[in-house]
Amino acid sequence: MSNRVLQLEIMRYDPEQDAEPAYRTYSVPCQEDWAILDALNYIKENLDTTLSYRWSCHMMVCGSCGMMVNGEPSLTCKVFVRDLPDRVRIEPLANFPIERDLVVVLDDVMEKMQRAQLHIIRSGEAKDPSSEHEQSPAALKKFKQYTMCINCMACYAACPQYALDPEFIGPAVLALAHRYNLDSRDQGRAQRLNLLADHDGAWNCSFVGACSEVCPKQVDPAAAIQQMKIEASVEWLKQNLLPGMPS
Amino acid sequence: MSRRPYIRPVSRTAWYMTHVRYKSYMLRELTCVLVAVYCVLILSGLAALASGTQTRWDEFLASQQHLAWILFHGFALVFFTVYQSIAWFGLAPKAMPLQMGDRTVPGGLIVAAHYMLWLVLSAALFWIAGVI
Repeated sequence: MSNRVLQLEIMRYDPEQDAEPAYRTYSVPCQEDWAILDALNYIKENLDTTLSYRWSCHMMVCGSCGMMVNGEPSLTCKVFVRDLPDRVRIEPLANFPIERDLVVVLDDVMEKMQRAQLHIIRSGEAKDPSSEHEQSPAALKKFKQYTMCINCMACYAACPQYALDPEFIGPAVLALAHRYNLDSRDQGRAQRLNLLADHDGAWNCSFVGACSEVCPKQVDPAAAIQQMKIEASVEWLKQNLLPGMPS
Repeated sequence: MSRRPYIRPVSRTAWYMTHVRYKSYMLRELTCVLVAVYCVLILSGLAALASGTQTRWDEFLASQQHLAWILFHGFALVFFTVYQSIAWFGLAPKAMPLQMGDRTVPGGLIVAAHYMLWLVLSAALFWIAGVI
C-alpha cells in the first residue's frame, strides 16, 4: 500500500487560551485507502494528543464526524485521501459555534428538534401496547428517504440562510418534520404546522439547494421544504378562501 | 474548565462570494431583476397602445429597433427566460413529486411534461399573434 504525505491544515481553538481559532499544519503519512478521519486519528495518536474532534462509527451511520474538508461540509469517514490534493484544510462545521478545535456546539439544532416534535403523534386513543398501526409499502415510500437522515448537520453548515439567520429552523429539522407529516401513522401535522409554516420555518428557505447537494446520505431537505411551502399555501387557501372545508 | 464557544463571523454582504454554488444561486435570483425590467418594457408598450395615439405606438416600435433594445431582447430570451425556465423545470420534480401506488413517477417525466406545456403554450401564443 503506497503512502502519501498530506499537509493537514487544521483549525484549532482552545477556549481557555485562544482569543480566536488559528490553523496548525500537520504532516501526515497517509495510506491511499484512508479516509480523512484516519488521518485525524493518526494525528491524535502520534503527533498531537490535544486535538479534539467527534467521531464514533467510521461507517457513515452515526453522523458524528461532520467537518468542513476544503470548505465542503463532509463526513470525514466518507472523504478519502486518494480523492484529495496534497494540502487539505479541515475546519469545524460552519455556521455553528466552536466548542474546541473541531468540535461544534449543536444545542441550537437539538432545541429545534424538540420544538418540531420529531416523533409519531397520535391523538385521542388509548395506548394499547399490543396494537399496531399498519402501513403499506406505498405509504412508507412517501417518506422513506427522509428517514435516512443521520443528523450529521452537514446541511446546516452548507445553508447560507441559517448562517445569516440562526432563527431559521433549518434543513434537517424541516425534512424530518416533513417525514412525520407524510407518515400515515402520524396525526400531529396540525400541531407542527404553526412552527413549520411560520417565517422561521419553511418560508425562511430561499431554495439555494446546498443542503441537498452536501447531504452524505442523499436525503433531499430542499425538496421537503418546497413541498412544505406548497402544503402550507394550500392550507392557507383552504382556511381563507374556503372556510368550513376540512383540512 | 470554562466554556467559551467561539462564533465565527459571517459577512452579511459578501457571503455568496465564499462558494461557487452560492454565486450560481445569486445569479439565478438576480435574473428576476432583469425580468422586472422586461415587464416594465412590456407595460410601457401596452401603455403606448392603450393611449390610442398612433404616434406614441409608432414611437415605441421605433425605439425597439435600436440595437441596444434588440440586444436586450436577445439577452432576455436566452438568459432570463430560457435560463430561468430550465432552472425551475429542473427543480419541479423536487417540489412536486408524484407517486402512483408503489411507484414514483420518474423526475425526467415531470420535467418533460413541463417542456411540452411550454412548447404548446408558446405555439398557442405564436398562433394568436399570427406568426404561425
